[in-house]
Amino acid sequence: MKCAIVVFPGSNCDRDMAWVTEHILQQPTRLVWHGETDLGEADLVILPGGFSYGDYLRCGVLARFSPVMGAVVRHAEAGKWVLGVCNGFQILTEAGLLPGTLMRNRDLRFICDQVAVRVERRDLPWTCQYYVHQVLTLPIAHGEGCYYAEPAVLHELEQGRQIVFRYHGVNPNGSVADIAGICNPQGNVLGMMPHPERASDANLGGTDGLGLFQGLLAWYAKNACCRLSL
Amino acid sequence: MTPPDLARTGLTPQEYAWICEQLHRPPNRLELGMFGVMWSEHCCYKNSKPFLRQLPTQGAQVVVGPGENAGVVDLGGVYLAFKVESHNHPSAVEPFQGAATGVGGILRDIFTLGARPIALLNSLRFGDLHVPRNRALLAGVVAGISHYGNCVGVPTVGGEVYCDPVYNGNPLVNVMALGVLPTPQVMPAAARGVGNPVVYVGATTGRDGIGGASFASAELAEDTQAQRPAVQVGDPFLEKCLIEACLEAFATGAVVACQDMGAAGLTCATSEMAAKGGVGIRLDLDAIPVRETGMQPLEFMLSESQERMLLVVARGREAEVLPIFHRWGLAAVIAGEVIAEPEVQIIYKQQMVAQIPAVALTENTPIYEREILLEPPLAVQTHWQWQPTSLPPATPAGILGRSWNDIVLTLFDQPNLGSKRWIYRQYDQQVQNNTVILPGSADAAVVRVRGQLGVAATMDGNGRWVWLDPERGAMAMVAEAARNLSCVGAEPLAVTDNLNFGSPEKPEIYWQLAMVCRGLVQACRALGTPVTGGNVSLYNETQGQAIYPTPVVGMVGRVADIRRRCTMQWQAGQCLYLLGVPWGQDSPTVGLGGSEYLVAIHGLVTGRPPAVDLAQEQRVQRICRTGIAQGWVQAAHDVSDGGVLIALAEMAIAGDCGVQITINVPLETRWDEFLFAEGGSRIWVTVVPEYRSVWESYLTEELPGAWGFWGVTGGDALVIQTAHDPIVNLPVADMHHAWANCFPRRLEA
Repeated sequence: MKCAIVVFPGSNCDRDMAWVTEHILQQPTRLVWHGETDLGEADLVILPGGFSYGDYLRCGVLARFSPVMGAVVRHAEAGKWVLGVCNGFQILTEAGLLPGTLMRNRDLRFICDQVAVRVERRDLPWTCQYYVHQVLTLPIAHGEGCYYAEPAVLHELEQGRQIVFRYHGVNPNGSVADIAGICNPQGNVLGMMPHPERASDANLGGTDGLGLFQGLLAWYAKNACCRLSL
Repeated sequence: MTPPDLARTGLTPQEYAWICEQLHRPPNRLELGMFGVMWSEHCCYKNSKPFLRQLPTQGAQVVVGPGENAGVVDLGGVYLAFKVESHNHPSAVEPFQGAATGVGGILRDIFTLGARPIALLNSLRFGDLHVPRNRALLAGVVAGISHYGNCVGVPTVGGEVYCDPVYNGNPLVNVMALGVLPTPQVMPAAARGVGNPVVYVGATTGRDGIGGASFASAELAEDTQAQRPAVQVGDPFLEKCLIEACLEAFATGAVVACQDMGAAGLTCATSEMAAKGGVGIRLDLDAIPVRETGMQPLEFMLSESQERMLLVVARGREAEVLPIFHRWGLAAVIAGEVIAEPEVQIIYKQQMVAQIPAVALTENTPIYEREILLEPPLAVQTHWQWQPTSLPPATPAGILGRSWNDIVLTLFDQPNLGSKRWIYRQYDQQVQNNTVILPGSADAAVVRVRGQLGVAATMDGNGRWVWLDPERGAMAMVAEAARNLSCVGAEPLAVTDNLNFGSPEKPEIYWQLAMVCRGLVQACRALGTPVTGGNVSLYNETQGQAIYPTPVVGMVGRVADIRRRCTMQWQAGQCLYLLGVPWGQDSPTVGLGGSEYLVAIHGLVTGRPPAVDLAQEQRVQRICRTGIAQGWVQAAHDVSDGGVLIALAEMAIAGDCGVQITINVPLETRWDEFLFAEGGSRIWVTVVPEYRSVWESYLTEELPGAWGFWGVTGGDALVIQTAHDPIVNLPVADMHHAWANCFPRRLEA
């Protein structure tokens, strides 16, 4: 499974992602500068966390105009895997690959914490290693993680089973419907505020996030490709 | 030169005369302004240098000692750069940007050496949180650190916070950064190679922060808000790009030297690079990228615009370096060259507007040695007379009509003892994916460096103890820092110190400075932790009222195997031991003088803090480390603020599990001394029962008379009782509640 991790100016979880895909999971991994327009043979494209363009104007809004984003959109439209974590999730919503938006946290402060996150479905490559309603402990670290969508959009998300992860017990940031992560209708694009890559190394503590990457690997091994046929 | 002109530069008439002597002529206005910032305490340590020279700086582990941008130690095959810096004055005026730029500044000190920043810590002091201004300062400082550190992508992994009315209006913001060098080569600051281009990189230069170094070297006055132009504005996004671009540029091998522009901006960078290299630098201001029009030479030279660096590049290899910065969206221009004359030459509109021997700005600076008081000031001697017998009677039932349960809960509601989660929850603690121990769960932070090798770090200071006894206070501070590292299983390596004091022109404050340094020297020597650099912040006074003398140390230690780490979270069924002076035993190293209990319960800041037995300290710490390395010790936590009982209660909270202890004490025991006395080089540890006999025989051999077994953890309450009386009986949940709500209750009202 070939991984491409996009580096925007201000990305700061790019190397953390590479640690998991390249070092822990031993998958070929390339850091792709945002000025490039070719993602090569990548199966999985990751938009990492951080503060692309310093979060100026609005989180993710400037990154959306980076040259690489054309290729990311084509990658997604081809049904291949796109993962956006934290700032990456914000970029995906700005780029229109996922609906809704991420606003400032309810209490207007940055939150770094370990939170309980419930898996809502397991029929996706992202979650096939978890069980339904499994509660994971995942780190969050964001100032703008309060997910919002219009009631009609929210209805569509619920109907289309696009809500993949919800905060469990405590909603840390005020997200509507406790949303922690959503996918597109096809399921190949996932955006989430919690950081699975920060919960993937046993030497550091919890490993509840590793299952997400292992799910992709298992799916890839079984289908020999990253396309979804749902 | 009129006296008011001179006064604006912060220089004295004597200093002016000395400048004329060195230049063989009177300086022009620009030159005088450059001397003004470079000869400020902040840049040249003119009041503190005599003391700083006494600090031990040698050790096999030291790669780079004081005098460089940061110290460097050998962690065991990996070089670690680390340093502390203060941003007290700017934070008092504009807490958000003041604290944010403090983070930016210390990070530049680290990556200037070619090290990638891997962790941040901070040590903060605020006034009484009942005062709205102090709450606003706390919220602003924390938000500023959060803003800068999170965005720049360096985890904030630890720190300490204390509140006391002496810091009203004069908060302390000390920030420490750690970085790892990718190669054993440290990027020098010394310019070399006559004819090599001097390259300016990073942000543009504006009028912000002009004269910040001089401002930081003066007392805060009532109209301090009018000083806001002296506070810089930070851009962590730019700094993140600058880190990546610099490390990439250094990797080409084409960069000969590098210096960041912090205090005193271009003036400091040019003169220090030139002086260290024994060469000169000619700088052309017309080439400097600006963000404002009409800037005058003095404004260029004193600007403290953030996120800027000066590089010397090997001639002919500019094309390898400049495009890297451009790709990261940063300015990078050739703005001068290295010259043979050992001078700083400033060119503006094709005219030479300043010409100063570099060493005149950086090395031939004034030094003031003052008389040190031979006796402790009278006020201090009076405090030393205080005895616990002057307190109201204490019985097994309590004191002042309050139960010991109530006293414990009151203590946990004090900002100095309550949970700091409200603060560190705003810091990204995990970015870079190497944080092994998160804030709040152990006595020190641990970050992975390479493979299983890790580094532990802590920041410690105890202004109250230092105020009551500067020498003992300083020793206790170093001892505690080392103890904190030992409690996570790390071997203490080296120290960076930040001396926050009032005006050294006052005899009693100069005495404090002298005694603190004496304490630092003894403790750093005895514990084998040399000082590799630091920072001095004097004139921390508001309207003539000085803060507590508040030295702060940042200490780093080596964690050989991050899997053999230790936190303070015990589990049920573990055997509980106290290492160090046995609980209840009389000792000159244990007492209530200067304790948190005295302040919080009796409103007293008095007494003499206990002495420090450095030999005992070292022994206890070594045994704790061995216990952890052997896998015997499961949890460890040192006894510090609040004393022996509070330390025990903190472990119960961390482990969410209680313990029941039956004690046997002589009749004449003062109960509050028994429960809350501080000091004694003490560490609580737990050991799994299967290792109990091997552990105890080890203790009998190595620590005779300085350990005790106190029971087995379990239950959901902390119970201390005698054969006849219950003393303390508190559900862990109740303690957790008081402890956890301490800050939210005050800050979210």
